[in-house]
Amino acid sequence: MRNTLLKLLTPLFAVVSALIVSALFIMATGRNPLDIYQKMFSMTFGSDYGTGQIVFRTTSLILTGLAVAIPFKVKLFNIGGEGQVLAGALAAATTGILLPSQTPPLVAISICTLTAMMAGSAVALFAGWLKVRFSVNEVISTIMLNFIVQAFVGYMLTWHLAVPSTVHTPEIIQSAQLPMFDSVIGIWNKSPANFSTLLALASCLGAWVMMFKTTAGYEMRAVGLQPEAAEYGGINPNKLILKAMATGGAMAGLASTNLVLGYKHFYEAGLTSGIGFTGIAVALLAFSNPLWIIASALLFGFLDYGGLTVNAYVPKDIFMVVQAITILMVLVLTKKSR
Amino acid sequence: MNDVVISLSGISRSFGEFYANRDIALDIRSGSIHAIVGENGAGKSTLTKIIYGLLAPSSGSLSIKGNAVRFTSPRQAIEAGIGMVHQHFMLIENLTVTENIMLGDEGGSFFAPLKTKEAARKIVSIAQAHGLDVDPDSLVSDLSVGEEQRVEILKLLYRDADILILDEPTAVLTPSETSRLFATLASLRDEGKTVILITHKLDEVLDVSDMVSVMSKGKVVATKPTAAVTKPDLARLMVGRSVLLRVENPPDRPGEVIVKASDLSFVDRKGRKRLTSLGFEIRAGEIYGIAGVEGNGQSELLSILWGMTEPGSRIDGSITVNGLSLNEMSTKEIAAMGISHIPENRLRHAVIKEFSVSDNIIFGRHRERSFSRFAGFNTKSVHDYTKKIIDRYDIRYDMQSNPPLSALSGGNQQKIVLGREIERPELKLLILAQPTRGVDIGAIEMIHKKIIEARDKNIAILLISSELDELISLSSRIGCIYKGSIRHEFSAAEILKGRSSEQDLEKEIGMFIT
Repeated sequence: MRNTLLKLLTPLFAVVSALIVSALFIMATGRNPLDIYQKMFSMTFGSDYGTGQIVFRTTSLILTGLAVAIPFKVKLFNIGGEGQVLAGALAAATTGILLPSQTPPLVAISICTLTAMMAGSAVALFAGWLKVRFSVNEVISTIMLNFIVQAFVGYMLTWHLAVPSTVHTPEIIQSAQLPMFDSVIGIWNKSPANFSTLLALASCLGAWVMMFKTTAGYEMRAVGLQPEAAEYGGINPNKLILKAMATGGAMAGLASTNLVLGYKHFYEAGLTSGIGFTGIAVALLAFSNPLWIIASALLFGFLDYGGLTVNAYVPKDIFMVVQAITILMVLVLTKKSR
Repeated sequence: MNDVVISLSGISRSFGEFYANRDIALDIRSGSIHAIVGENGAGKSTLTKIIYGLLAPSSGSLSIKGNAVRFTSPRQAIEAGIGMVHQHFMLIENLTVTENIMLGDEGGSFFAPLKTKEAARKIVSIAQAHGLDVDPDSLVSDLSVGEEQRVEILKLLYRDADILILDEPTAVLTPSETSRLFATLASLRDEGKTVILITHKLDEVLDVSDMVSVMSKGKVVATKPTAAVTKPDLARLMVGRSVLLRVENPPDRPGEVIVKASDLSFVDRKGRKRLTSLGFEIRAGEIYGIAGVEGNGQSELLSILWGMTEPGSRIDGSITVNGLSLNEMSTKEIAAMGISHIPENRLRHAVIKEFSVSDNIIFGRHRERSFSRFAGFNTKSVHDYTKKIIDRYDIRYDMQSNPPLSALSGGNQQKIVLGREIERPELKLLILAQPTRGVDIGAIEMIHKKIIEARDKNIAILLISSELDELISLSSRIGCIYKGSIRHEFSAAEILKGRSSEQDLEKEIGMFIT
């Protein structure tokens, strides 16, 4: 009981102390931190549009967070979220462009979503296979795959897909576009928040059920905690490593639907802007628990957009400092409480 | 000779609410072998850690040779002449014996040449005086376990320790190495040194010690001259009730052959031959014991039986269960044949210590249909089954708080594993490796009973154990494994006869395993 309370308080304490430290940075720029925080709050949760922006960002981060959290249950560190999102984004955009324009929405959206997930999954699965077959450390292979995917996507965009003299592809067909919350139920005015959010929340729930309620999750946790015992229990760790990587990659691929199908409706260079990496932090702060990831992603979504809103007064990098300090605090605190 | 060298009074040590040692008063006389016995968790190791300066007592006082001391680190204890041989040796494998012994006591300045020759001479002279012979120039990695232990003792004597603490020193030794160690201890005592012997083997206490203290639940419940106590006395003091030291073993009725290993050889990944034309049979309803010093092929045999041989190794010959060859089978397939395995290293291989009790009770059996519903578990049937095993195997823990397995005592953990494996549906073969290692006497009694019960349900049982008395009291037949093959097999009649003169039988077995 006391331990759970401590665990719950750790992230909170980390965030508060990070905000205090960054207040010092803000003071160093000659501004009043309370002023800045107040401005930031009124332009984020304080406004309809701001809230929508946060929801939009949170959605991507939930999914890239899951991409790290699920493999982490079998003690694999998937650093390749960024590459997996990119692969998904390219796949979603390409399919969305190629589909015949009279495809019914449900079909078009499903096909684009599935190809995005498969693309992300394939990249992660390759790293998993390298691990199982040649014992290549997944940290190294996923990082390297980031570079490879980046280069490949860049090449495809520049030489084959881009609309001439732009850095983006043509628009995907109308029916493959995910509806915005604004246009359907009229909330979060003009913000890019779209129905992918529901997919993200469902994924969290699904991941939680899988991890804690199914036989597969039971075996995954066993492999993560005590791989040798798992083998004695007749569990094949290799199969689970592949499954976990494939699922994680699929989550990262799914994150791209938020960007491509929901927001931009095309792929453009720099669209993913590091959400794959922030996903690592999201998962870390949530102790890789799929449900806590929602809260953790919300925090990072808030800091991400909040930094932008006050960029005119203080450099938004200060809020990257907040993110970094939060993570460091969590790491230090969890080590100490052990 | 009989003055007190270590005196503890009112020593307590608590960890939070829990007292590992409570109000301990103990005098240890100079020039004696003083045994401290007790079950796991009785507080023996806490007590030795306090004497050795690894733990500070919460209250109470400790005096060494008449001086009150308050150690804050082992360094001070070492300076006071106390030395300790830990259960797990603290030697550096790729240094020589002399280098290991000198380590930390090299003398001279940082860049001064090491005086190894001189040290080696001193080591040899100490060694000869106490029957601790070991080549000072050989690498530790080339030594046997018994020799490594001698190096540990030499290390202490080299530093002029006159109080030696030995923590479970015989756990890794063969019977002949054990008697050799005891001769050394006796010679050290005769020279006036004090030996503190931590053990849970009561026979050894009676064999070698002068005084014995029994610990239970953090307290010293009795300190007596060894000559004045018997084995049942000690067991009763330890557990707090009378204990059946020897399980009742009614005659067995062996049936058809279940396991048959013939001409079985095994070459490991590095090309070393680990098993050489090994052969044995186990019938339904009998317990086949395998006696042997660790490292003579037992682990390899177990890995073949459980489908866990490393890739790159090679199996020749055959091992069959009910006529089916195990050579190419996976663990999952083997278990599905009705085979259970209780591995030697419980925490590493048999349980997930972060999992709850019920998650552990189905571990390895979690795919059984009765436990599953859709893609998940049938919570109710898992819960009911957990309750059944807990009742039947008398597993004790705080059920309300649903703690992780690591919160349970070793004995209760082992009972969970035992229950899970014995109750496997349609069990035909039960493989037991060191089933009572690290388990207290009370739990041993019950585990032995359950093993006999399983045998009488016509299950074939393979028992691999380093405790000869366990093998003798349970097994129908005993095979002695040496360098990867069964060197000699004791028949059922020989075992039956040997139970009445156990010491002789142990000696005889000892001859075939070394």
